[in-house]
Amino acid sequence: MTTASAPVLEIRDLSVSFPTETGTVSAVDAVSLDLAAGEIVGMVGESGCGKSVTAMSIAGLLPGSARVTGSVRLDGTQLVGARESDLRRVRGREIAYIFQEPMTSLNPVLTVGRQIGEVLQVHERMSRRAARARAVELLTLVGIPSAAQRVDNYPHQLSGGMRQRVMIAMAVACGPKVLVADEPTTALDVTVQAGILQVLRDLRDRLGTSVLIITHDLGVIADIADRVVVMYAGRVVERAPVDDLFAHPRHRYTAGLLSASPQPGRHAGTDRLTEIPGLVPVLASQPDACTFADRCPAADEQCRAAAPPLEDVGGADHVAACWHPCVTAPTAAQEANR
Amino acid sequence: MTPHPNALEIADLVMHFGPVRAVDGVSLTIPRGRVTALVGESGSGKSTVGRCVVRLVEPTAGTVRIAGTDVTHLSRRRLRPHRGAVSIVFQDPAASLDPRMLVGEIVAEPLRLAGKRISRRERDARVAPQLERVGLRAEVARRYPHELSGGQRQRVSIARALISEPMLLIADEPTSALDVSVQASVLNLLADLQRDIGFACLFITHDLSAVEYLADDIAVMYLGQLVETGSRERIFARPAHPYTQALLSAAPVADPVRQRHRQPVLLGDDLPSALDPPSGCRFRTRCPLAFDRCATEVPEQTMIGDGMAACHLVQSDGTGPDVRTADPSEVLS
Repeated sequence: MTTASAPVLEIRDLSVSFPTETGTVSAVDAVSLDLAAGEIVGMVGESGCGKSVTAMSIAGLLPGSARVTGSVRLDGTQLVGARESDLRRVRGREIAYIFQEPMTSLNPVLTVGRQIGEVLQVHERMSRRAARARAVELLTLVGIPSAAQRVDNYPHQLSGGMRQRVMIAMAVACGPKVLVADEPTTALDVTVQAGILQVLRDLRDRLGTSVLIITHDLGVIADIADRVVVMYAGRVVERAPVDDLFAHPRHRYTAGLLSASPQPGRHAGTDRLTEIPGLVPVLASQPDACTFADRCPAADEQCRAAAPPLEDVGGADHVAACWHPCVTAPTAAQEANR
Repeated sequence: MTPHPNALEIADLVMHFGPVRAVDGVSLTIPRGRVTALVGESGSGKSTVGRCVVRLVEPTAGTVRIAGTDVTHLSRRRLRPHRGAVSIVFQDPAASLDPRMLVGEIVAEPLRLAGKRISRRERDARVAPQLERVGLRAEVARRYPHELSGGQRQRVSIARALISEPMLLIADEPTSALDVSVQASVLNLLADLQRDIGFACLFITHDLSAVEYLADDIAVMYLGQLVETGSRERIFARPAHPYTQALLSAAPVADPVRQRHRQPVLLGDDLPSALDPPSGCRFRTRCPLAFDRCATEVPEQTMIGDGMAACHLVQSDGTGPDVRTADPSEVLS
């Protein structure tokens, strides 16, 4: 995927903080990210790294107490600080979301047809009958067999994978430019996950939807993403095209994550997993240091004195925030390939 | 008397919860010192098997033998002497550690339950090396679980499970609630402890990469029954059952170059219910290769090496069709 054309979604220096009893917690710190038309960008990180907060802040879904600064532009329109009534027109129509647990996102007392239809009635002012017909088409689009019958099912009559397909159908009902998928397969079994990832890929190919997929699963990223953003403790630490990231991770955290994941062909008897020592830091603002310094094998005084900027580290469109980026050491994946 | 060679023998285990047939005829043997992974998706009944083995539930039918002793229907009192032989580690350490107890009390609790009256000093002396063994400092004994991270809490659960020197450890999704970087350290710890202490382990998980890392043998479960068993090497190199093949092909590998050359077998999403499992082969409703006989006849277990596969299409020499190379149009339908 090239990003030559103007990005659909342009995030610049997005920061989110929450006031708490013990002071302000900085959840997201100056995140910048572009999403081109028809591109699938994967955002990966561990719990608490700020990836979900970033996603929620795009369309202003965070609670009122959140302090959001920076810029989120959708086709040039500024969304940070936009009026609620303007945001409401954007949500669902321009930017749609799917979340981890489809059952909690669906209304248990309405048929799935009514729920998909509601989106169309509200945003597209369709008649109830037209909305229902469109709902059947959408269910077919996301791979639900015998959609004409399924449209009258209630959520509890569907399996977890089917429910997630319904959520996707609802999300793409108005043909949004951007689909934000926050851990869309985490609650699903692997055999079902493969199908959902296929649906997301299909939507991109057929409708040209841009997808921001948020996950902690490096396998999912390897499967579906064109480009990858790695987050750690509220900051983007590395950004690269997917092949380059897995083959040549430059930030020590990315490299650590890759070698901490079990790979096919590795067994404890012959091959130990590399651990990342220490703990994820508490999210308090520490602007004058690399947030990974305490766990990093290469950290020195400089890392503790100044936060490294995201800089070009060679390779096309490959940036990392590290004072001492890895010399491209072969990863476990490459070893296994030999 | 020579010790019984098998740490665990499960024969025709059945566990029904009312109309729900969670486990329906599972037989499995784990020799002393071996790690067997029980793999399956949610609702396959794999955790229920673990709960039957530690007798958190009393099986509907079948037998569970720990080192040759039938513990299936022992009363609570008669079970107590055997409790020390089997321990369990659960998925979510935040939920399985009592928040009001100190870590030291938690780790020592199996000793107390075994009926041994021990002084506080002796308890501390027993707990300290346990904590050290799982990579925690002895001071942690005076902390509460909420003061620890997820990975540290899971280490506490492991220390508690191992203080009675069990012969068999049930590890039920021990790393699923943990972050990737923490998972690695817990998997390494389990591997090290298993190698050093030599307990047998029933490793219950849906995470195939963790299975390959930790297990000697693998048992694959689908809707309350085992569909395939075998050595790790054989199952990963030559899976025989269509479900095992689909499962292995569906799990993405963290390597974009390789992952994009793989063609996952897409099974239908509609998992049948354990309330009313399909007739014949239970996998037939999602199996791309199912034919008439699968609906009418329960497949026999065909022996392959020292394992088996329960599929009509698997030959006695272990060969059979591969859903991963079958015509994709058929597979998708």
